[in-house]
Amino acid sequence: MRVSLDYDSCQGHQMCAIAAPEVFGSDEIGNAKILISGDVPEALHAKVRRAESNCPERAITITE
Amino acid sequence: MTDTQKPVKDMTTDYDIFDPEFVKNPYPGYSEIRESQCPIAHTDRHKGSWLPTRYDDVVAIAQEYETFTSRQILVMPPAEGRVEGPYAAVGAPPITSDPPDHHWHRRLILPVFAPQAVAKYETSTRNLCNALIDEFIDKGTADAAADYAQHIPVRVIATMLGVPLEMEPEFTDWVRGVLENMTDDEWRMRSFRSIVEFFLGQVEDRKKNPRENDLITDLMNAEVEGKKVPIEYVLGVCQLMLVAGIDTTWSAIGSCMWHMAQHPEHRKQLRENPDLWPTAIEELLRVYAPVTMARIVDHDIEFQGCPMKAGDRVLMAFPAANRDPRQFENPDEVILDRENNRHVAFGSGIHRCAGSNLARLELRVALQTWLARIPEFELVDPSSVTWAGGQVHGPRKCMVKF
Ligand code: HEM
Ligand code: SF4
Repeated sequence: MRVSLDYDSCQGHQMCAIAAPEVFGSDEIGNAKILISGDVPEALHAKVRRAESNCPERAITITE
Repeated sequence: MTDTQKPVKDMTTDYDIFDPEFVKNPYPGYSEIRESQCPIAHTDRHKGSWLPTRYDDVVAIAQEYETFTSRQILVMPPAEGRVEGPYAAVGAPPITSDPPDHHWHRRLILPVFAPQAVAKYETSTRNLCNALIDEFIDKGTADAAADYAQHIPVRVIATMLGVPLEMEPEFTDWVRGVLENMTDDEWRMRSFRSIVEFFLGQVEDRKKNPRENDLITDLMNAEVEGKKVPIEYVLGVCQLMLVAGIDTTWSAIGSCMWHMAQHPEHRKQLRENPDLWPTAIEELLRVYAPVTMARIVDHDIEFQGCPMKAGDRVLMAFPAANRDPRQFENPDEVILDRENNRHVAFGSGIHRCAGSNLARLELRVALQTWLARIPEFELVDPSSVTWAGGQVHGPRKCMVKF
């Protein structure tokens, strides 16, 4: 699983970081930033799916 | 006869956001509109407005900022005669700003509200909540809205701005004047003037006696493209901090207290599984979203079959969107570990609540501190709870016993 972010649509709701704090953090203005590179470890798949389905701006894309 | 004294004929053509029954419990009314032939209702009351109730419509309007502008964002037009005096042009940036200025109006304040920046308020907020509980814990009864929720955000904001905490009663009165009592023009105008005059005084004082580490000082020193920002911007942001940061958060805390008082199973669930807190807070924000914002239509358009005219007011009922069954399964049910929750309690698009991370922190700390010290409590009398509504929905009197 890989995860990407559309920085133009992200508005910093931070719901991704609430769902998957291991994968999403905050930049200096509170928009999302991806904390890992490459594949998402298996153990975090469920959390990342939750992040995707909680982002109000639909800024997160998962590819599997 | 005022607009609110006539009986409502039909929710889709004659709704009244200040109707006492609707203020108390707006959800059946939203649902009636949402499931009707006309999910975007219209009323002539209170100078007229449109009311979209479906999630997709509310979000589309929030995203389309060129058509649906933020020239005015309150659910009623400004009080007559308000635009007078030297600082009459003070708005409430960034909430009343449209692009392109909105960008810098918002960009300047965002760092103060990033999650890592608001974390420093956690300890002081917890201490404040504990001090409030100390006042009534031995009595076995308290007003969860007026003795608890109401005092938390106002003191957090006062600390952030660097203004005297003793001003709390005035701040509370002004904010209620602006947001809760819109049909009272005199109170609205007096509140608006008092806020601007108060912050003007604070700015003047800082010019004479410079300070450090408070938001007013930071705003006064802020520069955009090498130039100091105008005084109207400083005053406008300060005004917005009071108006956007207090009534909203206190209403959210109050509604959550009201909910917890009636749901021992949710108190137990959180006690046994503290990891649930972050999603529980989002779920409570979804169900009890306190804020409705307005937009002004820029040019005549037909939106979802509704003939909207330039200058029309559209109410973005986030509380209605958050309970749309098209978007949320069992929308009226509180599911603390809800899996899919794209809620829009904090809005959507470019005006997403700048203070959301602070609001979440205050809400979580307020609930956690109360539940740790008063794990079991209930409403004294459900029918005696009173509510504010319209722009901001939440309990104003909520007696509990323990
Ligand atoms: C539970 C509490 C809160 C709720 C439900 C809430 C809700 C909202 C909503 C719905 C908006 C969008 C406005 C629009 O689209 O026109 C907004 C904007 C805003 N809120 Fe909040 N708010 C809360 C607390 C706070 C706090 C504590 C602060 C700051 C101290 C704050 C500051 C702001 C600011 C500055 C904006 C304007 C952002 C912009 O226009 O770019 N809010 N809020
Ligand atoms: S939830 Fe979506 S909009 Fe919000 S910070 Fe995360 S990616 Fe950005």
